Amino acid sequence: MKRALLLLRRRIISSIPVLLIVVIFTFFLLESASGDAVDAYLGSIGGGDAALIKSLRESYGLDQSVFSRLWLYLSSLVRLDLGWSVAFNRPVRDLIAERLPNTLLLMGSATALSFGLGSALGIVAGAKPGSLRDRLLSIGSLIIYAIPSFWLGLVLSILFSVKLRWLPIAGIETIASGKSGLSQVLDIAEHLVLPVGALAFIYLALFLRVMRSGMAEAWKLDFVLFARAKGLSRSRIVLRHVARNALLPLVTMLGLQSAAMLGGSVVIESVFAIPGFGRLAQEAVNGRDAPLLMGIIVTSAVLVICVNFVVDLVYAALDPRIGASEGRA
Amino acid sequence: MTIADISRRGLLKGTALLLGTTALSRIALAQDVPAGGRLIVAADSEPKNLNPAIVASNGVFFIASKVIEPLAEASYEGSDGLAPRLATSWEGSADGLSVTFKLRDNATWHDGKPFTSADVAFSALNVWKPLQNLGRLVFANLQAVDTPDDHTAIFRFSKPTPFQLIRNALPAVTSVVPKHIFEGTDIAKNPANNTLVGTGPFKFAEYKPGEYYRLTRNENYWQKGEPKLNEIVYRVLPDRESAGAALEAEEIHLAAFSAVPLADLDRISKVDGIKVISKGYEALTYQLVVEINHRRKELSDLRVRQAIAHAIDKKFVVDTIFLGYATESTGPVPKNSKEFYTADVANYNFDVKAANELLDQGGYTKGSDGNRFQLKLRPAPYFNETRQFGDYLRQALAAVGIDAVIVNADAAAHQKAVYTDHDFDIAVGPPVFRGDPAISTTILVQSGTPDGVPFSNQGGYVSAELDKIIAQAAVTVDTAARTDLYYKFQQLVVAELPLINVAEWGFITVARDTVLNVSDNPRWAVSNWGDTALQS
Repeated sequence: MKRALLLLRRRIISSIPVLLIVVIFTFFLLESASGDAVDAYLGSIGGGDAALIKSLRESYGLDQSVFSRLWLYLSSLVRLDLGWSVAFNRPVRDLIAERLPNTLLLMGSATALSFGLGSALGIVAGAKPGSLRDRLLSIGSLIIYAIPSFWLGLVLSILFSVKLRWLPIAGIETIASGKSGLSQVLDIAEHLVLPVGALAFIYLALFLRVMRSGMAEAWKLDFVLFARAKGLSRSRIVLRHVARNALLPLVTMLGLQSAAMLGGSVVIESVFAIPGFGRLAQEAVNGRDAPLLMGIIVTSAVLVICVNFVVDLVYAALDPRIGASEGRA
Repeated sequence: MTIADISRRGLLKGTALLLGTTALSRIALAQDVPAGGRLIVAADSEPKNLNPAIVASNGVFFIASKVIEPLAEASYEGSDGLAPRLATSWEGSADGLSVTFKLRDNATWHDGKPFTSADVAFSALNVWKPLQNLGRLVFANLQAVDTPDDHTAIFRFSKPTPFQLIRNALPAVTSVVPKHIFEGTDIAKNPANNTLVGTGPFKFAEYKPGEYYRLTRNENYWQKGEPKLNEIVYRVLPDRESAGAALEAEEIHLAAFSAVPLADLDRISKVDGIKVISKGYEALTYQLVVEINHRRKELSDLRVRQAIAHAIDKKFVVDTIFLGYATESTGPVPKNSKEFYTADVANYNFDVKAANELLDQGGYTKGSDGNRFQLKLRPAPYFNETRQFGDYLRQALAAVGIDAVIVNADAAAHQKAVYTDHDFDIAVGPPVFRGDPAISTTILVQSGTPDGVPFSNQGGYVSAELDKIIAQAAVTVDTAARTDLYYKFQQLVVAELPLINVAEWGFITVARDTVLNVSDNPRWAVSNWGDTALQS
């Protein structure tokens, strides 16, 4: 426990410069894109005259210099104020609080599903590397991995929503239904089946491949030979010795993947009309909404740092050697 | 069926005194339809400011026009193409210095307060004129609004302002907002810009960002027997492919503004219970235009511009890119604007040989690679069709030895590159014809607009003659004389080619058969939907 707290403190201190770099980099990245928030807005409303455009730029603070805007943003960020979204005309904090739960739900379920199913299938494939079962699973997972997620999403919705009418086609819940409690939970779950399926299906392949190749490596090691010499049952060797040793890279993958899924859900969120984080980020870029985009990036960075922290703790639990070195430092 | 065929907008008439008689026949028809139900429609954007008095754009009107009404709405049957809404009649003075509106005496705001001429005066002077993107131009010379009684508003102008222009602008620029809610506040930042209070058939009920808008029926609507529907829900569906699927799955009833891509229409029109409607957008005509940067030496040569016009096969564009849902353009005013359109302009038929000859005459010889010169082509990203036309234009120009290099960008970057930085040689733009050339058409060719103003002449074209005609038309009060000036305007634009008009199109509505009274006016998608009904 003490070790975990020590690690946490170190992580918090070391993440501050990381966050600062992320914020400044994002700011200049968006700044280097041609066109500003007013250009984006005028395009959407069909234009305006010069005086209107000037007053819009003033009210958005775009008449100030790049550095004074960056300074203003950073100083408000220190006070934990994420600022005002010019594209939505609302506080960034509210927008993020509204959208983040949807994405976490979508991403969490998809990651859990792809991790669970992927590693299980990986064990099946890795139990006997080179077998027909292994080949079929490996080829199958490659094919799935090659499918673009938007296409899979569309195909799934045409099949299950349009043709079979088993599942709702889009949205996070039935609109203006007035449902609450358990029926609302079930409603949301029903809406999430297709998007979670589409996301999980594609990432499943990654976990399967990592598990399988980790196991294939482990089979060649001496302790497996020893376990076999001891006369342990095959299933015991597979699960306790081979699979467990292949688990470490899988946990690393899980940490990396949960960060990637934050971005990967943009497409799925658009196809299934889920008001989530990815779509918000896309709208922020299209609207050249610097405060909103930076709010999203900062929140994502904090999330990724948290996930990495948890992954490190899991590492320590799985492999005592790692935990010991962290504790000493 | 083309847009021009189905437009039945009133022909040119003299000064108008309009009474509400034409609307009566429609009401009688509307009473046969069932009442009740929740209509669910697809929405592809969520405007950040939903107040149509401030932001006169189709994205805003699509939702807000059901809640907040203009003084008059476009109509197929009405005289001058108008039907009364909050005004029952309108009349311009002969000197062009005043317009008198008689207002409806039985309208109330959704919060129960009566609608009066004070609301109109407040909206005109405090919102339309200073704040609205289009109103700033139309009401530039509005000096005062007299309110002799609660149901009369007299607009007074400092300079002669053509009544024809005011009349044509009524549906788009005169959304009336309640004075008692906006007075004394910072209007641009008032929260009521997003929780609308109006006089329309529907009340604003709820907005769940990223998911839906919900409107509920106004029990005290001034038009007896309307609205028919209990609720309208705008479901946010950002992905275009999913709008069609949602219609098929019966999760939505209607998708307007071509939310279902043209390429899907053929298939979806064969699905049982779904209808495809190309009517109802006649007063919202979009134009496909090649914008030209006249600072480029070759393009400042009229022969080159003529050659480009000859190189474009308009029929191919209409048939292949728009799949027939468009009309070939002859000039800067669309054919369905019966009031202003003239066919008596120069004609550039599709003729690659003529184009090559014009370029040869200009001394633009082909190099060893077969190219005469290179152009930077920027297609606007707003529509599939503008991008596809960019691809077509590249090929069409290659046939006459012009190498067009396509530069794609997103909306904000395109705006800045074309309208502020002038970093283009030719661009593909989709300007809108808003019922009168003075609202948003003349600005496309007029000189003197500052850099950075989108959808304006940023190509550096200057013609003293054209500028003179435009300025004259802006102050010509006599309708016939003003229309005549716009005939000259069209002839001059087509002769000089400051830009090249290729095609004009309206949008497509796809709806379930159960939705009744769809597309019954030329601005249907952005009108109040009071008579729209749902068959259970």
